[in-house]
Formats: sequence, structure tokens, C-alpha cells
Amino acid sequence: MDATLPASALARRSKEGPTPLFGAYGIVKRFGSFTANDGVDLEIRAGEIHALLGENGAGKSTLMKILYGLLEPTEGVVTHKGDIVQLPNPEAARRLGIGMVFQHFSLCENLTVAENIALVMPKDLSGRALADRIARLGIDYGLHLDPDRPVWSLSAGERQRIEIVRCLLQDPSLVILDEPTSVLTPGEAEVLFTVLERLREEGRALLYISHRLDEVRRLCVRATILRGGKVVGACNPREETARSLAAMMVGSAVREVTPREGGAVGRERLRLDRLSLPAPDLHATALHDVSLSVAGGEILGIAGIAGNGQAELFAALSGESRAPEPDSVRLDGKPVGALGINARRRLGAGFVPEERNGHAAAPLMSLSENALLSRYPTASLTRFGLIRLGAARDLAKRVIEAFDVRKAGPDPAAGTLSGGNLQKFVVGREIQAEPGVLVINQPTWGVDAAAAAHIRQAVIDLAARGTAILVISQDLDELFEIAGSIAVLHDGTLSPAVPAGETSREAIGLLMGGSSDHAPPVADVAHPREPMPSPAHAH
Amino acid sequence: MTLDIVQMVLVTVLAAATPLILAGIGELVAERAGVLNLGVEGMMIFGAAASFAVAMQTDSTFLGAVGGAVAGLLLAALFGILTVGLAANQVASGLSLTILGLGLSGLVGAGYVGIKRDPAPHLAIPGLSDLPGIGQLLFGQDAFVYTAVALVAAVSWFLWRTRSGLTLRAIGDDHVATHALGLKVRKVRFLSVLFGGACAGLGGAYLSLAYTPFWSPGMTAGRGWIALALVVFASWRPLRVAAGALLFGGATVLQLHAQAAGLGLPGQLLSALPYLATILALVLLSLGRRGGGSLAPAALGRVFTPSR
Repeated sequence: MDATLPASALARRSKEGPTPLFGAYGIVKRFGSFTANDGVDLEIRAGEIHALLGENGAGKSTLMKILYGLLEPTEGVVTHKGDIVQLPNPEAARRLGIGMVFQHFSLCENLTVAENIALVMPKDLSGRALADRIARLGIDYGLHLDPDRPVWSLSAGERQRIEIVRCLLQDPSLVILDEPTSVLTPGEAEVLFTVLERLREEGRALLYISHRLDEVRRLCVRATILRGGKVVGACNPREETARSLAAMMVGSAVREVTPREGGAVGRERLRLDRLSLPAPDLHATALHDVSLSVAGGEILGIAGIAGNGQAELFAALSGESRAPEPDSVRLDGKPVGALGINARRRLGAGFVPEERNGHAAAPLMSLSENALLSRYPTASLTRFGLIRLGAARDLAKRVIEAFDVRKAGPDPAAGTLSGGNLQKFVVGREIQAEPGVLVINQPTWGVDAAAAAHIRQAVIDLAARGTAILVISQDLDELFEIAGSIAVLHDGTLSPAVPAGETSREAIGLLMGGSSDHAPPVADVAHPREPMPSPAHAH
Repeated sequence: MTLDIVQMVLVTVLAAATPLILAGIGELVAERAGVLNLGVEGMMIFGAAASFAVAMQTDSTFLGAVGGAVAGLLLAALFGILTVGLAANQVASGLSLTILGLGLSGLVGAGYVGIKRDPAPHLAIPGLSDLPGIGQLLFGQDAFVYTAVALVAAVSWFLWRTRSGLTLRAIGDDHVATHALGLKVRKVRFLSVLFGGACAGLGGAYLSLAYTPFWSPGMTAGRGWIALALVVFASWRPLRVAAGALLFGGATVLQLHAQAAGLGLPGQLLSALPYLATILALVLLSLGRRGGGSLAPAALGRVFTPSR
């Protein structure tokens, strides 16, 4: 059927191998003067997990949206088994057997699991029949879901399961996964990998988009690398190192995170003393007798599976929830448990919450206004209660320059920045205050490799200047890279902190699963993993 | 005899509730799809004026009612083009729509002030309509009342038992997610707004063709705003909208009787009673549900522009 291909696409087709299941040839997508995809070629074969690598803004999402019928390419063709196909909308893509697992889940929070799945099913399938199929698929693939639960009551891992089940119910021949592990714990990721391997063995094609290079090297044998909207390389990730892959993505060698050399640890600056807090609502976790101590120059990592009290611990540290006894939280020896967030900031603390959009930053407000929001207690940004706009803009500008925040326009709304750039801004905003104590929740969640390295380095450098830092993270690689000691939060209880050099991923993984009895299969997590671009820590 | 008095009271309650049910159920559908149309009062009164004018010209109550619905629908179409198509602010557009509707109704109704028509005919089934106690209530209403009741049932069924209804609720919950799934956010929203407009226009038509069969400027007397409040306090559930409307109707009738009996309370206070009672009851009702999730359609009032 090659006759249907225009000569330009024919010329771009690879000469070797069987006809690809799906092909995209010469894809160009322009938004006004901005070219998001510039002559991209991609071939996906049945029975392979094909990696699509690239930094944020490299054009991965645009290409995916074109394959899923959400965007129409300015130029270029998409083929299915060698024939040109039109994908005017996602329904057309679904009919061709293309399924998609979104990174930012496309789920309606106030609908139930079954209703969310029904949205994209054929009209005659609903009610009991659909619930039965969801249950059967759950047993087949180990993806258990309660069809009648509303989505808002589910964890990120469970939400992703809905996306996957919704996709599998359509029996897709191609599954597109956009950063599927960015919200998962190591245990949940293992379950996902098992499912993906199984799908591959069933002869389906998978397009796997990730910036976690170790995962790509483990799952995929073919990878296409995008940079600045163009394909800059294709390779077998298993023949490359994480470092060489990252170099292709970024276009130059990735900056290494340099660990601190030993470093003197100063006096204790942050202390929790048997802090207990009841769960603020039905779906939150209560904290039980949490004690910890962080000294100046030290980085303490808190590992744990999402929903085990991380948000509650952060709220207790930042002052968003007050402690019943003021001296159960101490900053530089002062009891602050009864103080609010700004009072704690004035005592030299800085806080970076997990959620960039809506918690750390107000998405519709400009960067300078966002700088003002968290910094007015500690920088002289107001006079007689009036805002000093110039000073706020100056502060934002200093943060933007120091942290290489890429943006459009002089002072854009925070929500217009890409995830990595906004994260650099909200972390930089706190670090710029040179806090004595810094608490960060998920510092590099959903952030590309270069930005993540930048943030981690800034955190390490801040510790070197004598700040006590507490990092809450689900990313074990990250904790082993930057933290001096690690404690595990499980079901609201914190394990004693142990030096990172004296523990292992297995040991931490077991604690994350609630120690011995019914631990998730985390043992496997350890073996094939190579650290991110930076081989900083002793392994 | 007392049975017939009870029935007579209930019939008047139902009559007072009908325009609120009609307008409220239409607004409920629009809001479930995520569009907050504050122009209900304007669409309602334009519907009242247009339906009376059409009925006078054609001498047909039915065509008058259709004219009222079409008038509401046209205003809603304007609102839909602005807010759904051009992503204009919904609150500002809705308020302007009310002012526009009030103005247009004065223009259309100018030649008809002070003219009376026969009210819309009531159903009369020999035997059934004369049953003591329930005959008039069940089998002696006009077509508007039956339409309102049927609409409540139909909208309940549509929203919770059909795929299209599920799609509509999903779009009202998260337009970004549903757009990513390929659902037609703007089309569904536009159609929902049109439905809301037609219902509001029909509610207006009921006022000028059946409830008080003449046209007088400002005759909706804030019923559009009550319908809006009903939808919110009824936590976007059709049966609760109907219950709230009946309560409002009941309080209206009650205060009329109280004023006639001369209770010694100021008349203004008694006139405010239906509004107070309705709001109080529905607030108590909406306190019932607690916990996570959101009672309102999560995307309500938020402007949607498809991502590039």
C-alpha cells in the first residue's frame, strides 16, 4: 500500500524491518511563529516498547497529541500499517486502536471510577456489564479498582490505574504513556512495569515517554530523542548509559550534582518532639509521635509512599496546621508549634510545598506577585502596608536570573511556565532568602533532568552554607543523591533517621511498605537501577 | 368539604411553583454542564412578553408558549455565543442578559399592556377530573404544569441514566480532562445553555399565559433569581429543585392567606416569608452532605478555551 504514501513520506520511511504499525513522517506543528514539531519522523512497531525522550518543551507532548488526534499537524502524515490515516479527533484515534494514559490524569474528580471509564466506551456498554469488565481486567492484570468509588477519594497510583484500565478496555494496539511513573512509588512502578511487559508480550506497541532514563533503559530497546522539536537521534537505550542519553536530550553534558564533601554539621536548627496530630479529614493521615532533628548543614530525607502523612507532616512543619503543644516543633530552639507560617518565616524558615500550581504558587498571578506572597514577611517588599512593586519585581528578577527560569515576557503569570521552570522559581524564591531551615516537599516532582539537577545542586549548596534542610520525596534516587540521612514515613509514623551511606534501597523500600509482613515487591527495584545522570552517591 | 379546600390550596401551590420548576430545571442543566447563566430573569421576562404577543397575534396559547420558549432560547444563544464561543466572562454576560431581557420585554410588550386573555385551558377528563380531593390536582391542570413535572423526571433520567447525561456532567466537572478525551466541551455547553434558555422562556410564558393571563412589565418579579438560588441550594439535583419550588409556592400561598386573615404582622415581612423559608430549607438540606468532593459542578463558571 506504499502507493498511498506521498513521495516525501516514502523517502523518510526506514528501509529495513517490517512495515511499522504506526508511523509519523515529516510532522510539523506550528503555533503561530513557534514551531513545536519540526519534521519529526517516528516509527512504532508491534510488540515493542518505544521510548520517546526529551526535555520539557522538546515537543513530546505535541507529537503525542497529534498521534491521539487532539492536534492536527501543520504538515506531515500519520500512517497505520502503511496506510495514511486521518486523526481529526481522539475518537478516530481510539477506533484505530490508539489508547492514551495521560500524565495529568484526564479524570473527573466528582464522578465514580466506572463513570470515568464509561465516558470513552461505546454507548451500549454501561452499568453492570462495564463494572464486570473492569473487575475482570483487574483480575487479569492485577489492576484492582472499585468501580463505585468517586475519583477524588483515590490516590495517584489508583488514578493511573483507572487511566490504564480505561485504555485497555478498548483493546488498543498502541498505548501511549506520558511520564507514567512520575507520580508512582517504586512499588507501584514495579506493578506498572509488569503490566507493560505483559502488554508488549501480547503484541501491542507501547510509546513510553519519560525522563527517567533508568526506566527507559530497562523497558525499551528503541528510543527516539527529541530536542527543540526535532529528532536528534535514535538509539537502543540499553547500549547507552544514562549519561549519554541525557547528553543527547539536553544537547550538552548534563551538569553533575556535586555532593558535599563531608562538611561540618552545625548545631540543631529544626526539631520535632513526639508530634502527634489527628487526621484533618476523612482521607488524611494522622501523625503519631513524630520526632526528628536536623542540624545546620545537614540534609534529612523523608522517604515514603504518597499518602502516608507527607502532606500532614509538611503542614505541621510549615505552620499550616498548628501543633497542640507549642514546644513539639522547635526552630533554633524556640517553640513555634503555635505560630503560623509567616511567623515561622520571620524566624528564618523557608517552605516549598509539593503542589506547584495552587499551593506553592498562584497560577494566575505574575511571578513578582508570587514572590511577594511568600516573601513579604522576610524581604522588605511592603511599606506601611502598601506593596513596593519595584522591589517585588527586583526580587523576582534576581530569582529568575539565579535559577535560570525560562519564561515568556518580562513578568508572566506563574501558570504559563513549564513545570520545571516554575519549580525552579518556587524553590529559588525560598533559597534566595537564605533561610536557616528549609523544608521541601517533592522538590523535583515531574521536572526534567536538567532542572532537577539544578534544584538538587542548589539545595546541596544551601546546606553547605549552614542551612538545615528537610526534603520529603518519593524519589529514592533523589534522596540517596542529596540526603545525608534518611528516615521513612509510613502510616503517619516516622522511622529513626539513618545515614544514607549505611542503608540501602532495599532497606528503605521495606520500611516504606510498612516493614516485613506484606511488603510490596520492592526488592527488584534495586538491581537494574543506575542512578540518574549523576553518580554522586556511593552505591 | 375540607378535602376540597386542601386540594384547592395544593393546586395554587403547584401553580406558584411551576414557573420556578421550569426555569430552575433549565438552569440546572446549564450549570451541570459548567455554565453559570445569571440571565434567567431576563430570559424569563422576555419569554413572558414574547409569548403573550405571539398568543395575541395568532390567538393560540400553544403557539404563544412556543414563542416564549424560542424567545428565551434566542437570548440564551446570544449568551452562549459570548461565553461558550468567545469565552467572555459568564457573570458579567449573564447580568447584562437580564438587563437586555427586561428592556426587550418592555419593547415587545408595549402594545399589550392592560389586555387580558383567557388563561391556558385546563385538562378536563370526564369522571377523573371530578374525583373528590385529587381530581383537580392530578387531572385538572394546564399543560405547563404537566410539562414541568415531565421535565423534572426527564432531566433526572437524562443526567443519571444516559451516556449523554454522563458526558454533560463530566464536562461540568472538568473541561480540561474531558476535552483531552475528545468530548465536545463547547458543543455540549452551548446546547445546555440553549435548553436552559428555552426552559426559562417557557417559565415566563406560563406567567403571562396561564398564571396571570395578561402582560405587565416586570411581571416575573424576581422569580428568575429565585430559580437561580433554588438550583444552588438544591445542590444541582432536579428533584430538590422541584421540592424547593413547591416549598416556595407553599409559602407564597400561606402568606397570602395569613395577610387575608390579618395576623397583625407587617405585610412586607409576610411577603418575604417564601424567600426566607425556601433559602433556609435548602441551606439545611445542603448541609446534609459533608466530606470530600465538590457539591457544585467543579468547572461551574470557569471559562474554557481549548488548549492550542
